[in-house]
Amino acid sequence: MIELKQVGKTYRLDGRDIPAVRPTDLFVEQGEVFGLIGHSGAGKSTLLRLINRLEEPSDGRIVVDGEDVTALDPAGLRAFRQRVGMIFQHFNLLSSKTVAENIGLPLKFAGGRSKAQIAERVDALLARVGLEAHARKYPAQLSGGQKQRVGIARALATEPRILLCDEATSALDPQTTTQVLQLLSDINRELGLTIVLITHEMDVIRRVCDRVAVMDAGAIVEQGTVGDVFLHPRHPTTRRFVLEAEQVDEHEQLQDFAHVGGRILRLTFRGDATYAPLLGTVARETGVDYSILAGRIDHIKDTPYGQLTIALIGGDVEAAQRRLGEADVHLEVLRP
Amino acid sequence: MNALFANLDPVEIWQATLDTLLMLGGSLLFTVLFGLPLGVLLFLTGPRQMFERRGLYGLLSVVVNALRSLPFIILLIVMIPVTVLITGTSLGVAGAIPPLVAGATPFFARLVETALREVDRGIIEASQAMGATTREIVLDALLPEARPGIIAAITITAIALVSYTAMAGVVGAGGLGDLAIRFGYQRFQTDVMIVTVVLLLVIVQILQSIGDRLVVHFSRK
Repeated sequence: MIELKQVGKTYRLDGRDIPAVRPTDLFVEQGEVFGLIGHSGAGKSTLLRLINRLEEPSDGRIVVDGEDVTALDPAGLRAFRQRVGMIFQHFNLLSSKTVAENIGLPLKFAGGRSKAQIAERVDALLARVGLEAHARKYPAQLSGGQKQRVGIARALATEPRILLCDEATSALDPQTTTQVLQLLSDINRELGLTIVLITHEMDVIRRVCDRVAVMDAGAIVEQGTVGDVFLHPRHPTTRRFVLEAEQVDEHEQLQDFAHVGGRILRLTFRGDATYAPLLGTVARETGVDYSILAGRIDHIKDTPYGQLTIALIGGDVEAAQRRLGEADVHLEVLRP
Repeated sequence: MNALFANLDPVEIWQATLDTLLMLGGSLLFTVLFGLPLGVLLFLTGPRQMFERRGLYGLLSVVVNALRSLPFIILLIVMIPVTVLITGTSLGVAGAIPPLVAGATPFFARLVETALREVDRGIIEASQAMGATTREIVLDALLPEARPGIIAAITITAIALVSYTAMAGVVGAGGLGDLAIRFGYQRFQTDVMIVTVVLLLVIVQILQSIGDRLVVHFSRK
């Protein structure tokens, strides 16, 4: 459980105060995957580093599992950091050390373990991330995805309760991104690990996160479950992220709709409703015709969802809309 | 052939070569011993680094810059009282080592500082995130990562020291430089001059190729 209470960060530059993160409240539950999304410069990277005090907060208090992190002395902070794993966009592996040595490094820093104990733990971690065959290689001999898996193994070495991910997939190709996100999901489930990740890709949020906060200009402008935020974005920044993820140009779409007659509705299905044959049933009962203008059926983490933009033509349009409204779908009228 | 190298005394040349190598080895050892920690200190206290201390960094910088801006030949003479205090003599191999170390240490420390700055800051950040102490970050992360750069710095310093040892010959340190000046220059024995120059050249070449090999051996990038 991570709690940020009015935590902010202000830099002093040339005698002026530059707010990187405005005083922010944030609550991350034990065992959830929490995503922070924002464009570069939105302050998400700073906010993430405030949690383990790689950035010292200018204001506020940080409480993790009941422990006031802001009050820790240097030794206490180091002990705390050993219970918080972190992975990075550019992996930050030591090029002079082998894969096994990199993974064992946090154990060496933590102390209290014999060489044999460290070797045993490293072997288990290598097996967990599927890199048993690469223990004696150097990072330069690995692919990006393998490097990030070394990073994840290293972050898990001290059995932390929390994992912080700093743009962990931004330097990876789509296929490797999928593998790394899958690994993060697996360890979240298996170990009950709390994960806080930052990204600028809505797709990453959609695939692994339970809840999301959207950052803009140093402040959280919207937060909630990924389903709510992704399917019904309210803040302009959030809307932009969602449209980017769906590769939809809102402006272009409205122009296309100008050529279509009838009432235009957007239906959002979630969970089992996604697979119910609702449209056909309503069309038969009310005598309307419908044409599908845009649509997407996909998953948010493990939950299926569908979003359809349809035009209703002829028949009893009012009755059809009422009937759709009563069903287990979310309905928006885009054009009456 | 014999007439061409009439002035050559093999024993004397061998002794001079040995003296040069002794001066080089001794001064390099102490230069690394003092310069490495000084370089680490310069790095750590430098701007925007882990241990940023403007005052201390400024002071160290001034001292290092002052020693580096002093021509070595002047340093040799200025240092004589200190040298006598340390080694009991200002002559020979022992008398040459203190000024050589004093001249090369600041130079080497700057090179170490630069090599450490070349290390990706992400490495420091990752080590801090793992809960490492500053000491652990330096010993287990920074120095291993900077090892190729530090080896290159030692090579450059060793080669600079070869030329310093030649200058130390002027104030009675012995070695190949001394031979070149006393016989090659002052007595117009061109053959001695040529042989000493060739020997110095060979030493430099050997040092450079050893250094290059070590850098390649320790580079994992």
